[in-house]
Amino acid sequence: MSSLTDLYQEVILDHNRRPRNFRVIDPATATQQGYNPLCGDRLTLYLTVADGRITDAAFQGSGCAISKASASLMTEAIKGRTVDEARALFDQFHQMITSPPDSPLPEMGKLAVLSGVRDFPTRVKCAGLAWHTLKAAVSDQPDGPVTTE
Amino acid sequence: MATATAFDVTAIRADFPILGTTVHGKPLVYLDNAATTQKPRQVLQVLADYYESSNANVHRGVHYLSGRASDLFDLARDRIARFIGAADSKEVVFTRNATEGINLVAQSWGRANVAAGDEVLISAMEHHSNIVPWQLLCAEKGASLRVIPMSDAGELDLEAFGRLLGPRTKIVAVTALSNVLGTVNPLADMIQAAHAAGAVVLVDGAQAAYHLPVHVQALDCDFFVLTGHKLYGPTGIGVLYGKAARLEAMPPWQGGGDMISSVTFERSTWNVLPYKFEAGTPNISGAIGLGAAVDYVTSVGMERIQAYEQELLAYGTEALRTVPGLVLVGTAARKASILSFVMDGIHPHDLGTIVDREGVAIRTGHHCAQPVMDRLGIPATARASLAMYNTREEIDALVSALHTARKVFG
Repeated sequence: MSSLTDLYQEVILDHNRRPRNFRVIDPATATQQGYNPLCGDRLTLYLTVADGRITDAAFQGSGCAISKASASLMTEAIKGRTVDEARALFDQFHQMITSPPDSPLPEMGKLAVLSGVRDFPTRVKCAGLAWHTLKAAVSDQPDGPVTTE
Repeated sequence: MATATAFDVTAIRADFPILGTTVHGKPLVYLDNAATTQKPRQVLQVLADYYESSNANVHRGVHYLSGRASDLFDLARDRIARFIGAADSKEVVFTRNATEGINLVAQSWGRANVAAGDEVLISAMEHHSNIVPWQLLCAEKGASLRVIPMSDAGELDLEAFGRLLGPRTKIVAVTALSNVLGTVNPLADMIQAAHAAGAVVLVDGAQAAYHLPVHVQALDCDFFVLTGHKLYGPTGIGVLYGKAARLEAMPPWQGGGDMISSVTFERSTWNVLPYKFEAGTPNISGAIGLGAAVDYVTSVGMERIQAYEQELLAYGTEALRTVPGLVLVGTAARKASILSFVMDGIHPHDLGTIVDREGVAIRTGHHCAQPVMDRLGIPATARASLAMYNTREEIDALVSALHTARKVFG
């Protein structure tokens, strides 16, 4: 059984207390809302995309430490990447937080601090909210707000 | 403890097998009773006995077992009628849950009695189940949904209620007890005022049924709904109480077997109460299980349960107030043992995960009452809801787990 300190690592607590890129981008080239109806977490993701590359990423919203830290770390991770790279990162991140406990983890760099979530199945949606919102924001067929349900 | 001799919580706990289990290696501290209560052995045994020795369909067989199952089923209805103070068992309709009871009234009574321009009056502290069925009705009929406001402490504004009541008010649908705030509403006065204005009253008793003695005739409500699983009974069984005259005048809601008197391809006629509203094979074991739950609660004594829970509430309120950065949500003068709170710098969802690791089960989120969250300007709360089997030591365990959360979050 994984301990609480595996879930609430210092990096996560730090990003919860001082979320990075916690601001509005106006005007943004993409704005997408995400909502977790189970716990009420809400966020708005703002992207500036130029020539297929994400040059700026920011978010606003309210949520638990896991969802806020995940959004904060995500905006740091995708800045400077191409949209295709961001999509690939979504797939890797999704695999990391939903893989069975004790299975090998993909190489995720700083994002690996969120791998502890996979031992807390009720919290996977918290970590995934920002990423599902990102996926929708860079989708070719934009739709309404994303929900994790 | 003053009531140690009057209320033997140790003996009561021994009746609930699940309370002896462990979670993450810690003794289970179950404080999520507003979501569902645990089941005593007396209920579990009745369910097993029913399937092992009495299972058959009800009200249609001439064989021995069908008669036996029917007797048990009818007897359960009688017990529940007595428990809630109904004048007659035929006023007790079995449903799946409280939600279905409200939907039944909204669809059957509502469609027949609410027209364009009419008003349905609910309160600011309703559960989604006492909001959405009325929204559906109002949208269909062109009626308006009005809302009795509440104070920051979580008490209904009765002066505003008086002003909202008018000739267009067809029904007042209000909770007896808020599932988030613990507020106990002054139902007797509200029902009297609603009747004086010519409105019908539905009481959502889902939370009240396991915290307070209920007497529907004394309340004089027209409809009262409750759910079995919050009353120490099985899931999938609930009750709609309706005054006989009201139920008689209502059209059926769902059609099928059991609810008819005769069927031809030209026309069908309806069965008598309560069967008119019970289409199809009912939840027989659920009803019998709920009957056993009601017997159990009666044997402990609802007044004694209420008095014990009030002591727990007072103890828990003081204990939580000692936790740094904790703010109680819902501080009405008349409350049942539901303690909602938020903690400075820690989201309720994180609190829920951390205290769970200490074996403490609480609910976090909007508790199916998003308008309450919006009214109070918070996204979510943590909620500890206490039942008759909880103890001061369990409240201490919660407080200790909250200190752990503070430590984790630094």
